[in-house]
Amino acid sequence: MIHFENVGLRYGMGPEILRDMTFDIPKRSFQFLTGPSGAGKTTLLRLLFMSLQPTRGLIRMFGRDLSQIPRGELPMLRRRVGIVFQDFRLLDHLTTYENVALPLRVRGKEESSYRNDVIELLKWVGLGERINVLPPVLSGGEKQRAAIARALMDRPEILLADEPTGNVDPPMAQRLLSLFLELNRLGTAVVIATHDLGLMDQVNARRMILTEGRLDIYE
Amino acid sequence: MNEMARPKAEGTATPRRAPMRVRPTAPILPPSNIQGNALMVVIAIMAFLACLTLGAVTMVRATATGWQSEISREITIQIKPSEGLDMDATLEKAKNLALGFVGTQEGTIMDDAATARLLEPWLGTGLDLNELPVPRLVIITIDEQNPPDFVAMRDLLSKEIPQAFLDDHRTWVDRLVSMASTTVWIGTGVLILVFTAMVLTVVFATRGVISGNRHIVEVLHFVGAESAFVAREFQKHFLKISLKGSAAGSAVAAILFAILGAWQASSRATPESDQATALFGTFSLGLAGYLGIFATMIVIALLTTLTARFTVMRNIDEIDLIRSDPGRSDGLPAS
Repeated sequence: MIHFENVGLRYGMGPEILRDMTFDIPKRSFQFLTGPSGAGKTTLLRLLFMSLQPTRGLIRMFGRDLSQIPRGELPMLRRRVGIVFQDFRLLDHLTTYENVALPLRVRGKEESSYRNDVIELLKWVGLGERINVLPPVLSGGEKQRAAIARALMDRPEILLADEPTGNVDPPMAQRLLSLFLELNRLGTAVVIATHDLGLMDQVNARRMILTEGRLDIYE
Repeated sequence: MNEMARPKAEGTATPRRAPMRVRPTAPILPPSNIQGNALMVVIAIMAFLACLTLGAVTMVRATATGWQSEISREITIQIKPSEGLDMDATLEKAKNLALGFVGTQEGTIMDDAATARLLEPWLGTGLDLNELPVPRLVIITIDEQNPPDFVAMRDLLSKEIPQAFLDDHRTWVDRLVSMASTTVWIGTGVLILVFTAMVLTVVFATRGVISGNRHIVEVLHFVGAESAFVAREFQKHFLKISLKGSAAGSAVAAILFAILGAWQASSRATPESDQATALFGTFSLGLAGYLGIFATMIVIALLTTLTARFTVMRNIDEIDLIRSDPGRSDGLPAS
């Protein structure tokens, strides 16, 4: 589904942050992306989300060479990828329901056509009673689940999550992990960037370890 | 979420509950916040000032045109007294000669009383015109659109009545035309300055508000919104703000002119009103003036909306620029 070949990235004239990245992310796969702070996890996630272009190498997303895709087509491709940010990026003036429905709204869909789906998804992530609540009132775990629900709303083929358990207590982290596993079981590929060794030890999944810009993969 | 047959949420087996109610969908941009309200006030103030200047220029222009028209509507024939001249007959003859030309309308001989009133400021009351060699005047009203041939009239008068002198007021009209056009140019210059200040203020204020909402642009971008969608949302939002602001500012200016016009009409012939009329002209804008105010309102609203569109498009371009040139992503988190 996603193929990286000799990908390298540097900011300006600085040293390469990522070097010689060659890997695949297959359909329906589940992997952790880990490494020390500053190793380039977020940068790699941004490459996967097409919000950065590599300074060298080839990236193929869904069978297409990214360097050949016109700018105007990127939003269509991004719709096939769900992303959960570490800081959630929920809009504070919209309710949980409206935040989660946002991906469908920007696609120009009628509210009546997706209302039930959004409510069902919110119930699935355990926010069924919080649909009319504004984000400032939600707890960290609730915000995280709302952000995950928003990323899943348009049935992405791959979900990228940046430190999804960074702001929650261990029981909530466990609950979120179960949610990702369930999602993966239903067919979505998942990439979780995390430092949390405890979280990774709970699942026998592929580990992508970034160290000083180089990637080692343990199947 | 059809093919993702998600597990039924907890509680579905419990007795039936009332269906979940969702509030009417809120706009993607918050309808009112401090920045938006401040922008509305800025737009209202700038619209008020722009309309005030526009109204003032319209008034000056109308007043100058009025003066010019009043003076150029008449010509004067002056008859100087001389030995043995029958003044009354000569005045009548001069009037008839002038009225013989195409383009003249009416002729009035200024009688003794009127001439005495004219000279009163210099010679005082109780003047006997027969004791003084005072020139007498014939006033001829002309058709402004089709004026008579002044050269031919002057020639004929000097041939038939050597004591006659024709004054077509050209000197005064020329001076007034030049003064009026200078005044209108100065007014137009002030109007351009006010409009430029307004454009810049509105542009900067709009950009400020958008930079405060940049996080919304980013979120929309990340959830797969196309640039046109994002631009459309911002345009709608800013069109509402600017229409409200410019309508308020323009309405206050229009009402101010209407109140001043009504006051002037109701207090005609009082010293205050006469002084205001002498200084500012008539506070009456006419249909063209009010249409100008309306046009100003529309221009301000469009300008704000276009600025919003361009600024948002530029923000999106910046996000794309960072994408294609990672070196520019200063301040963005990178672990």
